[in-house]
Amino acid sequence: MSAEGFDLKGDNSISRPPSRGEILADRAFRGIAYASGGLVVAMLAYILWEIGGQAAPAIARDGLGFLTRAVWNPQEHDFGILAEIWGTLYSSILALLIAGFFGVAVAIFLTQDFLDARLARVFRTVIEMLAAIPSVVFGLWGIYVVIPAIRPVANWLHEFLGFIPLFSTPMAGPGMAPAVIVLAIMVLPTVAAISQDAFQLIPYKVKEAAYGMGTTRWEAIQKVMLPTASSGIAASLVLGFGRALGETMALAMLIGNSGQISLSLFSPANTLASLLASQFPEAGALEVEQLMYAALALLGIALVVNIIGTLIMAMSSKQTVS
Amino acid sequence: MRKLLAALAAAATVAVAAGAPAHAETRLTGSGASFPFPIYAAWFKDFSSKSDGVTVDYQSKGSGAGIQDLINGVVDFAASDAAMSDEEISKVSNGVVLLPMTAGEIVLAYNLPGVSELKLPRDVYPEIFAGKIQSWNDPKIAEANPGVELPDTPITVVVRSDSSGTTFNFTNHLAAVDPVFKEEVGADKSVQWPTLSTLVKAPKNDGVTATILQTPGAIGYVEYGYAKMTGAPMASLENAKGEFVAPGGEGGPNALASAEFDTNMRAFIVDPQGEGAYPMATFTWMLFYKSGQDDEKVKAIKEMVEYGLTDGQAMADDLGYIPMPEAVIEKVRAAAEQIGASS
Repeated sequence: MSAEGFDLKGDNSISRPPSRGEILADRAFRGIAYASGGLVVAMLAYILWEIGGQAAPAIARDGLGFLTRAVWNPQEHDFGILAEIWGTLYSSILALLIAGFFGVAVAIFLTQDFLDARLARVFRTVIEMLAAIPSVVFGLWGIYVVIPAIRPVANWLHEFLGFIPLFSTPMAGPGMAPAVIVLAIMVLPTVAAISQDAFQLIPYKVKEAAYGMGTTRWEAIQKVMLPTASSGIAASLVLGFGRALGETMALAMLIGNSGQISLSLFSPANTLASLLASQFPEAGALEVEQLMYAALALLGIALVVNIIGTLIMAMSSKQTVS
Repeated sequence: MRKLLAALAAAATVAVAAGAPAHAETRLTGSGASFPFPIYAAWFKDFSSKSDGVTVDYQSKGSGAGIQDLINGVVDFAASDAAMSDEEISKVSNGVVLLPMTAGEIVLAYNLPGVSELKLPRDVYPEIFAGKIQSWNDPKIAEANPGVELPDTPITVVVRSDSSGTTFNFTNHLAAVDPVFKEEVGADKSVQWPTLSTLVKAPKNDGVTATILQTPGAIGYVEYGYAKMTGAPMASLENAKGEFVAPGGEGGPNALASAEFDTNMRAFIVDPQGEGAYPMATFTWMLFYKSGQDDEKVKAIKEMVEYGLTDGQAMADDLGYIPMPEAVIEKVRAAAEQIGASS
């Protein structure tokens, strides 16, 4: 309890200037915090620089044509990733629609007093455990369970509603539909967990005030809770989308890996991440440059999605305040 | 523990017998093709326990990656299903020795409930993979299979999504049989397959096998061992002599018998002409440095090669590979002398 630098005899106050050790600890902590923050940025910059550097010859060779053509032919040195960009975005958006709907519904169910608090915690843990299942297990589950389960439905849809572009091809096996279903389940924990946090952050008195004004429970959820939590929900969707974009193994096993641009849910397709995973091990020097370019494109898409997400969040939080 | 004791005992014996310092444990590192991985894994385990102090580590990461590792000098040997091209060989400053070590068959596995035997003529199977024949009850298939009830199911073609030595050998065969296939699809480790909603790609041999097993109406190419392991039915294929040969029997050795090696011990049997030959048999190679390695390693490598050519061949059949003909083994043994010869 000895204070340095000040004469505090007879002072009973517990306040005292920080000791030299504490000042040092503070400085060290601040230094570590800055360094960690800086390292993350530096690492991202380094990764970008490294990938960009290796992709540079391919960028110089193909320019933007690489992004607008759908062909992958190492024999003829002819490369383009439009089909993969399409497959990545199409599968991620569809998966996000499903996971977004169910994720938010689950979050409402678990946070709006439908369940006993302890039971809700158990449910929440179960959903979060989905996130711990390895990707390859999801892939196997997709091959052995999802595909056989949806094949009859898919082929029935194709037979009777084949004029709708979504059902325009029969489903043989791997394709967009099983990939999207599995992807949605993989994204669900992210969306559900963060939306739940968003709901739990709303002070209880907001709900009480809504009830006080005579709303029913559903009116309170729809007109008060959902709008108030909307920025958190938007954040959960952006994070979920990011996860869907980068998912590799399960998709490589389920999507059929065939670079096609088709609206049909039952047609095989390909994604950037699964293209990278399947082509890298045997790629020649030239192909590696093209793959690096594709990786750069994937990074670019993720970046754009995050920026759009941040903008949406900024807008929606403004609305709630006003 | 027992292995360690055995190794110590062996080392001690050598030390006493030769009066020379016991040679420390020699560790060989290799990487490359995934197709021969099951048999190599069995070989290296057995070889390591039999030899004195030699351990072999093999990483199955793909033929292309193995060749790259050999060029970069990070391994002691590599393995490849497509040997090495002249260009790749020229990149290895220490020179390379290519040795065929075992061989395998590529089979067409299919999934047609109720059809346990299927014959595919030479003019049919390239067209299936080119996307021209799209239904199982196509007259061309029916004609070759009298008495077989072929369903009206669309054919789902399953190919490899990753670049692979299996695809290289398979497409080379199809290109040799069917000039139109060569023109439209080509032959390489990864090719531009037709864009069809009934053509799907799966990673690795196991991925293709799983997809075939899960998809009624599917057909795809895998290594014999994978189809045998999973019990997938395999089609009999028509060879150059017009005979239908089922995989797994004498067809493989018959096909290998016609192999003619070049000076680098490379031979691609794209379309074997011999009688009773199964049409798609391929060697798989181990790649070694001609020079630049110390004597210990060269000695260990030669022991390993000799093991593969003797005890190793005996294991081949059980594991779904083809034992190499005696004439080929003699040639490989002679070629193995070049390892470390010019150092």
